[in-house]
Amino acid sequence: MAIFSVYVVNKAGGLIYQLDHYAPRADAEKTFSFPLEFVLRPHDERVVVAFGQRDGVRGAAGSRREWAAGRGRAAAHGALPAVGHAVLAINGAEVNGRLTADGKDVLEFLSNPANYPVSIRFGRHRLSSNEKLMLASMFHSLFAIGSQLSPELGSSGIEMLETDTFKLHCFQTLTGIKFVVLADPRQTGIDSLLRKIYEIYSDFALKNPFYSLEMPIRCELFDQNLKLALEAAEKAGPFGPGS
Amino acid sequence: SRELFVLTYGALVAQLCKDYEKDEDVNTCLDRMGYGIGVRLIEDFLARSAVKKCRSYSETADTIAQVAFKMYLGVTPSVSCSSAAGNEFSLILDKNPLVDFVEELPAERASLCYCNLLCGVIRGALEMVHLAAEVTFLQDKLKGDAVTEIGIVFLKNTEDKKHKRN
Repeated sequence: MAIFSVYVVNKAGGLIYQLDHYAPRADAEKTFSFPLEFVLRPHDERVVVAFGQRDGVRGAAGSRREWAAGRGRAAAHGALPAVGHAVLAINGAEVNGRLTADGKDVLEFLSNPANYPVSIRFGRHRLSSNEKLMLASMFHSLFAIGSQLSPELGSSGIEMLETDTFKLHCFQTLTGIKFVVLADPRQTGIDSLLRKIYEIYSDFALKNPFYSLEMPIRCELFDQNLKLALEAAEKAGPFGPGS
Repeated sequence: SRELFVLTYGALVAQLCKDYEKDEDVNTCLDRMGYGIGVRLIEDFLARSAVKKCRSYSETADTIAQVAFKMYLGVTPSVSCSSAAGNEFSLILDKNPLVDFVEELPAERASLCYCNLLCGVIRGALEMVHLAAEVTFLQDKLKGDAVTEIGIVFLKNTEDKKHKRN
């Protein structure tokens, strides 16, 4: 999916709408026997792989161990337990932060040889809604700093943030609402998509008499139309002109 | 569908007159309702018209008259600046679609501002783009004046000292 997510931030920096549009990333579920070859450690509310990546997908992190270094074998699936991946499920049951589904601590569970062989699913963790709120307000502040740093008056603020895996596009309206779209770097037509999202917002969120301004948007019609617009933009895609 | 809108507006004003005895109350109510419409309508206006940020009060007044009024009511009032300071403007409407079916105000409602909703709309919309303004009816054809004139007075910008968001 070329468009990953959409965020709408109100004037005060609060997140009023968020949509994740990507297909679930390939998670790896494998069976392991004691002892585990990688190092797990707690990070925030999760258990993540700190070291010991297997199968040389990205060899640098695991190169301290001889057997991991230089393994040129191409990985069968994209996401093996790589550094940074979090433990998502143990034996099929999703973990709840740092506790297993039964309420036991994940690290304790995994350090007990009696529990092996165990099947663990790793993957990139999804952001929780609190984290998204925080990130949105942080972005809002960065945006304000960006406008102030401008050598000329009347800067548009941050319009695009580019990384190797995604591009973040931001459009701030004259009233202070920001529409943020995270998309594939090759995706085109995001500018017109941002304008379209603004129109959809003014149609389905604002014209809804029961929607209060600056509050989280909970309008079905807005959701539906937004998804349609995203799909249309993706179809137009990197191969054709933006819609 | 413009007719339906005009009729609905007329029914709204008539009902308000029944609900409130004093003209000022009706006027205030209309203004408040207009304000609620204005704060939402501004986004619709900005989304559809794609106007750039106005750099001066006169640009703003021009945009309101030539783009916004045209888009929503189908009329284009003329703009005149009525103060040396450059922050007071008048929009002169010779044709006001809202009063198409109204002959004249009833005798007991002599100080009713029939189109006060419009004032509220303009005020609400301007506030959302950080321009505080006072909008009133200076002349009203329904009250016997020659033309309908809406006065916009831009008040001191509250975000002058802080950085401009936009």
